[in-house]
Amino acid sequence: MSGEIKIEVKGLNFYYSGGIHVLKNITLPVNKNTVTALIGPSGCGKTTFLRCLNRMHDLYPGNRYEGEILMDGKDILDMDVDIIRLRSRVGMVFQKPTPFPMSILENITFGLKLMDIRRSEFVDRVEESLKNAALWDETKDRLQESAYSLSGGQQQRLCIARALAVEPDVILMDEPCSALDPIATARIEDLIAELKRNYTVVIVTHNMQQAARVSEFAGFFMTGELIEFDVTKRIFTAPSNKLTEDYITGRFG
Amino acid sequence: MTREVYHKELKELEDELLQMAGTVAKAIDGSVKALKKRDIKASKEIVEKDLLINKKRFEIEERCLLLIATQQPMAVDLRTIAAILYIITDLERIADHAEGIAKISIMIGKEPLVKPLIDVPRMAEKGLSMLDRCLKAFVDRDAKTAKTICDEDDEVDGLYEQVYRELLLLMIGNPKIIEGATYLIWVAHNLERIADRVTNIAERVVFMVTGKMEEINVSKY
Repeated sequence: MSGEIKIEVKGLNFYYSGGIHVLKNITLPVNKNTVTALIGPSGCGKTTFLRCLNRMHDLYPGNRYEGEILMDGKDILDMDVDIIRLRSRVGMVFQKPTPFPMSILENITFGLKLMDIRRSEFVDRVEESLKNAALWDETKDRLQESAYSLSGGQQQRLCIARALAVEPDVILMDEPCSALDPIATARIEDLIAELKRNYTVVIVTHNMQQAARVSEFAGFFMTGELIEFDVTKRIFTAPSNKLTEDYITGRFG
Repeated sequence: MTREVYHKELKELEDELLQMAGTVAKAIDGSVKALKKRDIKASKEIVEKDLLINKKRFEIEERCLLLIATQQPMAVDLRTIAAILYIITDLERIADHAEGIAKISIMIGKEPLVKPLIDVPRMAEKGLSMLDRCLKAFVDRDAKTAKTICDEDDEVDGLYEQVYRELLLLMIGNPKIIEGATYLIWVAHNLERIADRVTNIAERVVFMVTGKMEEINVSKY
C-alpha cells in the first residue's frame, strides 16, 4: 500500500452528543490522487467517518472527536484549524443533489464569494470547474438558468463542480449516485476516474460493484469499527477477514 | 441482505459440476476396462458420450457467465465460479483423453494386445482416485488435501515412464509389434495427461479456498 499519503487517520474515536460511541479506534491511510471507498452495512459508521474528514460534525453541538486526522501532516482536529478553510480544501458531495435555489452560474460562484475570491477570477473558475465536472458542454449556453432545470445527474455534477470551484485537495462523496439512474451513475463514475488525477477522493457507497469499479483502496466498516482495509482488488476477490467476505458475498447484512 | 436465490443457484452450479465430473470419471474407467476386455461396442459408446460431456461443459459455462452477469459475485463466490470455469475445461479435456483411449481401442480392433495390461489400469486407477479426492476437496473447501493430490502426479508419471520403457524394449525385441505397442504408449500417454489435468483442478481448488494462484507441481511431460 505504498504511495504518498494525503490523509492519515490514527486511532479516531467519535462520539455523538450524549456520548454515543460511533467510531471506534479507526486507523487508515488515504493515499493522494487515489479513490478510497468505504463500504459496510447501514449504521456501520462509514458516513460518520466521512464527515469527520471535513469536521462536518462540528455543525452540531456536543459531538466529540478523539485521535488524529493528519492532512498533509497537520492534525485537522486541532483547535486552531480554520474550519471554513478546511471545508474548502475538503469538498463534499451528498447522496441527493443539493443545488442551491439559484442559477447554475451562481451555484458555482457561491463558494467563491464566501472565499473572497476576486471577481475577475470568477469566469475562469466557473468554466474550469464545470469542465472538470464534465458539465461545461451541457451548460455553457444556459448558465443563467435555474440549477433546478438540470436533470438529477447534471445537478449532481453541478454539486461536484461547485465543490471543485474552490480548488479543494480532497473530495468526499457520500453515496453520490444513489439517487441517479444507471446512465447518470456511469457518468459520475467516469468523472471520479478523471477527478483522481488532481484530487484525492473518498467515497461512501452501498453499491459494492461501484466501489470495486472506481476505487483503488477500500475499507469495510461494521458497528463503528474498521474491519478490513486493503487494496480494492484484494477486498473484492480475496478479503482476509471472514466478516468482510460474508458481507460482500451477501451472507449477512 | 442475505441472497438466498443467488446462493441456491451457486449451489446448483456446484452440483452440476460434480455431476459432470462423475460422468467424466465413468468415461475414464470405462475406456480402460473396454480396452482390457477388447469390448469395441463399449469403446464406441464412450466416444459417443463424449459429445454429451462437451455439451454439459457449455451448459455449465453458460450458467457461470449468467451468474457473473446477473449477480456480480465477489470474493469466495467469484473465486468459486472462476475455479468452476477452469475445472470444467480440464474435465472436458480429461473426457477427451478417455475418448482418445476408446478410439485407440477401436483402432486396435480385434487384434490381441501386445502385452497384458498391468500398469495401464494402475495409472487409470490412480488418476481416478486423484480426481475423486480432488472433487471431495472442492466440496470440503480443503486446500491442504488438494495440494497433496498435486504431489501424487509424480507416481503417475513414474508409471508412464515404466510402461514406455517396457514397450520400447518389447519393440526393440520384436519390431512386428511396433504398431500395437505404439497404441499402448498412446493410451498410457492419455492417462498421464489425465493426471496432469487433475493437478490443474487441484490448483484451482487451492485458489478457490485461499485466493492464491500457484503452480503446485510441474509435470515432467
